[in-house]
Amino acid sequence: MMDKTTETLKRWASGQGLEFISPEAKAGYQARAQRIADVIQLRVPDRVPVAPSFGMFPYLDQGLTCEEAVFDYEKAHRAAMKTLEEFEPDLFLGSGYAFPAPMFEALGYRQLRWPGRAIPAHYVYQFVEKEYVRAEEFYPAFLADPSDFMFRVYLPRVCANLQPLQRLRPWAESFGYYLTMCGSYAYFGLPEVQAALKALMKAGEESLKWVTVLNRQAGEIMARGFPLYEAGESAAPYDLVGDWFRGTAGVMTDMFRHPDELLAVMDKLVPIAIKMGLDPGRDSGHPIIGFMLHKGADGFMSPRQFETFYWPPLKKVMLGLIEEGLVPMLLCEGEYTSRLETIADIPKGKCLYWFEKVDWARAKEILGETACLRGGIPPSLLHSGTVQEVKDRVKWLIDTAGRGGGLIVDCGIWFDEARHENVKAMIDFTKEYGVYR
Amino acid sequence: MNKDLVFLLSELKEKEALRVTEERLAAGEDPLAVFDEARKAMQIVGQRFAEGKYFIPELIYSGKILEAVSELVKPRLTRSPQAQTLGRFVLGTVAGDLHDIGKNLVGFMLDINGFEVHDLGVDVPPQTFVDKIKEVRPRIVGLSGFLTSVYQALRDTVEAVRAAGLRDQVKIMIGGGVMDDKIREFCGADAYRSDAMAAVALAKEWIGAAR
Repeated sequence: MMDKTTETLKRWASGQGLEFISPEAKAGYQARAQRIADVIQLRVPDRVPVAPSFGMFPYLDQGLTCEEAVFDYEKAHRAAMKTLEEFEPDLFLGSGYAFPAPMFEALGYRQLRWPGRAIPAHYVYQFVEKEYVRAEEFYPAFLADPSDFMFRVYLPRVCANLQPLQRLRPWAESFGYYLTMCGSYAYFGLPEVQAALKALMKAGEESLKWVTVLNRQAGEIMARGFPLYEAGESAAPYDLVGDWFRGTAGVMTDMFRHPDELLAVMDKLVPIAIKMGLDPGRDSGHPIIGFMLHKGADGFMSPRQFETFYWPPLKKVMLGLIEEGLVPMLLCEGEYTSRLETIADIPKGKCLYWFEKVDWARAKEILGETACLRGGIPPSLLHSGTVQEVKDRVKWLIDTAGRGGGLIVDCGIWFDEARHENVKAMIDFTKEYGVYR
Repeated sequence: MNKDLVFLLSELKEKEALRVTEERLAAGEDPLAVFDEARKAMQIVGQRFAEGKYFIPELIYSGKILEAVSELVKPRLTRSPQAQTLGRFVLGTVAGDLHDIGKNLVGFMLDINGFEVHDLGVDVPPQTFVDKIKEVRPRIVGLSGFLTSVYQALRDTVEAVRAAGLRDQVKIMIGGGVMDDKIREFCGADAYRSDAMAAVALAKEWIGAAR
């Protein structure tokens, strides 16, 4: 019997069910997807794939501001398609990195700052971290009922316009004897609660507009012969706790003050995080599920803390996806050299490790037989290096980490500001030098 | 129970450290002496961090314990602690960038290593750096940034310091997620360091060299 990963990758790379603009486009799609499937499964592809993680680059490169990109979905779409046409990468995200600012503004969302509002128009949006829930409140509430906690505690705190939702009764009480039920619905009659529900509806409209553009765009990208970047995203349970609820310092302190509760909450998050990946994987037929790892980098915790708090729940999420034939792709933000041995403990040929900073020779040595590597071109080089320096780096990277396949060339992180000719050089020179003979 | 505050705090024994602090203050001990011990413990924590025995979580946690100890001690202090300072250090995240975790860590490490830190916070315009440099006359300025968007802001900040005629009076170091020597070159700073400990070591070197 064919293993599930092989089955999923085969189906994805065949392009079956897709409509292409030409036979050449179909062949192009199949060749690109096959190249990615090959490196994931540690077979030697025809050449090293190159998949630049365009952050705000497409917009800035074409003279738009980031503000325009996050407020005007069609403008962002057109810019992304032009970038696709010009650079011809092996995977392409489209304009999905330009989040719909109006959706967040409808919610009064506090955790992101938008270009043209709180920050300059040409800057990428920024996440502002805060300890939104104290440990004493967070752990018991989340363990008792994650959905209720999200709806009535967390969202009202991070979304100014949803604050009145904290007045609602728990949904768990929406059945029972009629006296209870009749009483609990009264809160929906309050003017401020109704205003909050209207804010949700407005956010929903904006989200739908954005998703509609992206869905149409996904069809266009594939029709032209380019596989999409990923199906969707999941996350490491430790990051979920730190990023959204407790903050970086908060979750670090919890390892000392509330270790058991932290582990219990992460256990509860494992199936949630698996489902976050399985659903888009099933809906799109795309095998890759992205992860952006924020808080497990070298120095951000001791090896023992990494092996106790970070890796075990993350590995469970990865295995849950792998079991269903999906391919976790982990963007390891920060330096990761000290984690290599630990993260090598994963089934062979089933995931991608994308490094921002790592000792590439060691990464190849330790992970080369286990997982495909991605990254290797520093954002600083794309921003202020020369074309020759970029080519030298690509050559060095392929020589160091590309032997026998298992490498995707990319920037070490989503990039915004970069020289056009440097990005071109990263892509074109990989295509030229990266051919396996 | 061990009543040595230096030991308890440096071993991150939060509850015991706080209990001992309370007991000793209640027994009428000089609050300044208690506070000095807490500072000594922090130096040990910093040392262990430098040696790779402690990591960022230990640093953060020790900071939280220190905060709690300070809260107990401060109401009883009749005079403020006279800390000797190695030198003044102006620190901030450059214009447009709101990230502060790395910067705060560097500030904390500098502080427990004896520097007088003037932290300007995040999203700091070039002129604010210039004004602060004029006001406190630091030996060193630290610029932090986390986004490729802010490479230019780093350069603008260094340029503003130069235009104000202050460039010769300060050493400038940069740090943050997407920084490296390439960007140091691009923005005209004197050095790039990749973590808080390396930043402290360099600052000490610069201060020594300046003596």
